[in-house]
Amino acid sequence: MEFFERFAVPHPSIAIYASMVAIGLTMVAIVAGLTYFKKWGYLWREWLTTVDHKRIGIMYLISALIMLFRGGVDAIMMRAQLSAPENTLLDAQHYNEIFTTHGVVMIIFMAMPFIFAMMNIVIPLQIGARDVAFPRLNALSFWLFFMGAMLFNISFVVGGSPDAGWTSYFPLAGNELSTSVGTNYYMIAIQISGIGSLMTGINMITTILKMRAPGMTLMKMPMFTWSSFIANVIIVFAFPVLTIALALGTMDRLFGTQFFTIDNGGMDMLWANLFWVWGHPEVYILILPAFGIYSEVISTFSRKNLYGYKSMVASMVIISLMSFLVWAHHFFTMGQGALTNSIFSITTMAIAVPTGVKIFNWLLTMYKGKIEITTPMLYSLLFIPLFTLGGVTGVMLAMSAADYQYHNTMFLVAHFHNVIIPGVVFAMLAGLTYYWPKMFGFMLNERIGKWTAWLLSIGFLLAFMPMYITGLDGQARRMYTYSESTGFGPLNMVSFVGAIIMAIGFVLIVYNVYYSVRYASRDISADPWDARTLEWATHNPVPEYNFAVLPEVKSSEALWDAKKKGHVLFKGEYEEIHMPNNSGAPFIMSIIFFVLGFSLIFSLWIPAIISIIGVFAFMTHRSFEQDHGHHISVKEIEETETKMRGAK
Amino acid sequence: MKGKWILLSVFFTLATVLTGCERLLVLDPKGPQAARQAQDIMLSIGIMSGIVLVVFALLIFILLKYRASKQRPDYEPPHMEGNIWVEAICVGIPVIIVAYLSFVSVQSNYIVEATPQGYEDKEPLVIYASSSDWKWHFSYPEENIETVNYLYIPTDRPIEFKLYSYGPITSFWIPQLGGQKYAMSDMVTTLHLAADVPGEFMGRNANFSGKGFAENTFEVTAMSPTKFVEWVDEVKETADPLTEEKFDQLLEPGHLGRMTFTGTHLDFMPPPNHNHGSSDDESDGESHNEDENQSEHSEH
Repeated sequence: MEFFERFAVPHPSIAIYASMVAIGLTMVAIVAGLTYFKKWGYLWREWLTTVDHKRIGIMYLISALIMLFRGGVDAIMMRAQLSAPENTLLDAQHYNEIFTTHGVVMIIFMAMPFIFAMMNIVIPLQIGARDVAFPRLNALSFWLFFMGAMLFNISFVVGGSPDAGWTSYFPLAGNELSTSVGTNYYMIAIQISGIGSLMTGINMITTILKMRAPGMTLMKMPMFTWSSFIANVIIVFAFPVLTIALALGTMDRLFGTQFFTIDNGGMDMLWANLFWVWGHPEVYILILPAFGIYSEVISTFSRKNLYGYKSMVASMVIISLMSFLVWAHHFFTMGQGALTNSIFSITTMAIAVPTGVKIFNWLLTMYKGKIEITTPMLYSLLFIPLFTLGGVTGVMLAMSAADYQYHNTMFLVAHFHNVIIPGVVFAMLAGLTYYWPKMFGFMLNERIGKWTAWLLSIGFLLAFMPMYITGLDGQARRMYTYSESTGFGPLNMVSFVGAIIMAIGFVLIVYNVYYSVRYASRDISADPWDARTLEWATHNPVPEYNFAVLPEVKSSEALWDAKKKGHVLFKGEYEEIHMPNNSGAPFIMSIIFFVLGFSLIFSLWIPAIISIIGVFAFMTHRSFEQDHGHHISVKEIEETETKMRGAK
Repeated sequence: MKGKWILLSVFFTLATVLTGCERLLVLDPKGPQAARQAQDIMLSIGIMSGIVLVVFALLIFILLKYRASKQRPDYEPPHMEGNIWVEAICVGIPVIIVAYLSFVSVQSNYIVEATPQGYEDKEPLVIYASSSDWKWHFSYPEENIETVNYLYIPTDRPIEFKLYSYGPITSFWIPQLGGQKYAMSDMVTTLHLAADVPGEFMGRNANFSGKGFAENTFEVTAMSPTKFVEWVDEVKETADPLTEEKFDQLLEPGHLGRMTFTGTHLDFMPPPNHNHGSSDDESDGESHNEDENQSEHSEH
């Protein structure tokens, strides 16, 4: 029995037991459903083993949406707990676990995969390639992320959730002060999915550098590809720092090293520094692809080319360099002195300049345009004012002396939600709506889509604007409760109402998918938005090989050239197309990683050692494997193309 | 676009609340450091409001003028490349704003990291503020007394807080006297504050430190120097001495009310004396004389 005690949750509650039952029932339902409808083979052949970038993108998308709801439920519970003074809905321990998992889930398991979803679906199409450079590695990236996410998500029913905040500052996260396995989950699950992110970074950089269509020089790449390229370069430089930090933290927790401990020369500030050397560039990893989506959407629906293409690229390159020079602004109050604070204060403010340039470029793109307000455009139009608010409060926070007053307060919480929600989440929802026909061959309902955008915006303002005020009034973040005499009550209630409105908005997204699956017309053209870039030059949904004939492009708006200037995109006859084979290896290898992670979390050394051997066995096998892919014959291409055209 | 007007009005309401509401703690300073910070905050709110207004105005103008429904059906938007002058303005004006704010920010950094202005010629009162789960210990080496979870300070003297922690990283914060600073287990940080007027202020740990974090607060009372001396004398007469045994009990995780002792824990449990980086007194690091070497840790 002693062996099994370690898997018990240290602070159980009815909600956790209910979740256990719900998770169990869901799993039984999935297995039963798959068996009953005889879908195991379909699932394995078409999804679990796929190396197709579009399908991997869709799997990222589904995972991101599921995680959005997991993180969203955490958020609602937090806002509910704080909606009234001295509330007893949650106790301190549960509240701590919930805000920790909310942060980790939203950043690592929602925003990141959402961005990878967009990159996977869009980049190869936008540059006229047939897949990414390393399709099987791409599948491995996805499955590692997925297993990391699953591992993290079982923490609250097996062994207990991490409770030291999403930043997991030591020594609080160390063995002395966090005795449950929660922080082990944090260290290992993020590590596993981080390996996936790093590999995606390498994969996307190679794809963009080596696989562009003839004629597409770097300065003729569509803006989303440019922004993703830069984001991936940041990934490749930033994620190794996280890998090291997590490895050191894991060793402290599992093997008794003393990197970040209280005694024996451990340095708690070292963790904070390493974490934010990754953490701040991470912010730009999220926001740059979002900017890319907005650039595509705003240009398309203004019916005008993107203003200041070169300055857009230049500003992103500058942002990427500067993103590595600002990390210490996350702890101006650590006592590093006036000089250090001054340097980081200036670099932080300076990074606002290239970001401002982008805002003005979007405004100038719309200037003299012919603005059509579709759902993706509505998100973009709401993004500009809301993000500007978040941006200027960022400049306020950058004033380090004043930051002594903002730091660790709700003002800070309001700021980073104010940049991430209108910046990243709205962009992803705009991208989701914009690229939905690309993925599935039908459009999402515009009316429900616009309702969603408005509800999210109004909910957002109600939820987060009051936090700026309570922050200045002394409400520290991460407090599970407060007394009535503080006067924080009414404004926190407003936040709670805002959170509920946002929740309704998110539920509407699901309803929109359901509604559109049932009622939307499947009879759409390849170019339903009257777009400008190359991804809209092929069919909806996209055939396996993307383009029957590889396109030749002249500018960053290849499709627009074809539509308005008579440029011929596709020259030549069909030829046999060489495509990669599906493989079960990434999926199985990731399951082994899951077992490895789980064993490490609970210090089960024998299964851990066996799974490490398993991982290396797979890698060795892959090194000696001869797999030359397969060819799609001209006849097959002709058949598919005729069928696709017929569907128009 | 009605929505934009809603956004605008929300913003204005916010701005009015922020500026008009005297009761917001951070904007109701009672000491020179907090006053400087509040001044910086109001200055940046002012300048940033200008930027927000410009962006909102441009957006509303563009949306009103260039909606597809406002234009001829056959209108073809022009192809526009970047214009060097337009972009120079888009870069230039933010650069000027950022340069000005940086200038103010650097000045303020040196002000809040030094003895408060107006108090330079007075001998600072040194108070060691250390945190343990989830309470604050205040040691007055000069007066040789120690309190738990409450802090009495005189109004006429600058206060030099020496901060460290017996557990997780905490952050010592008295919003009305000045911004916060971290207290860590392996080094001592210095926070300079002063109270201009007598009064009672909220103080707390602002950095998440585990289960008991929410209640990790303390009360600050600023009083005239004579009253302060009276209080110290009274403590010396009435309070029990702080023994090592007693202090070990106090360090146990949990919450405690106000407590008062004669003597300080500094004698038997000196503060950490490592100085990781950033410090100019590395050579003193080996010394166990806690008072002198730590006071030099502050940056000048």
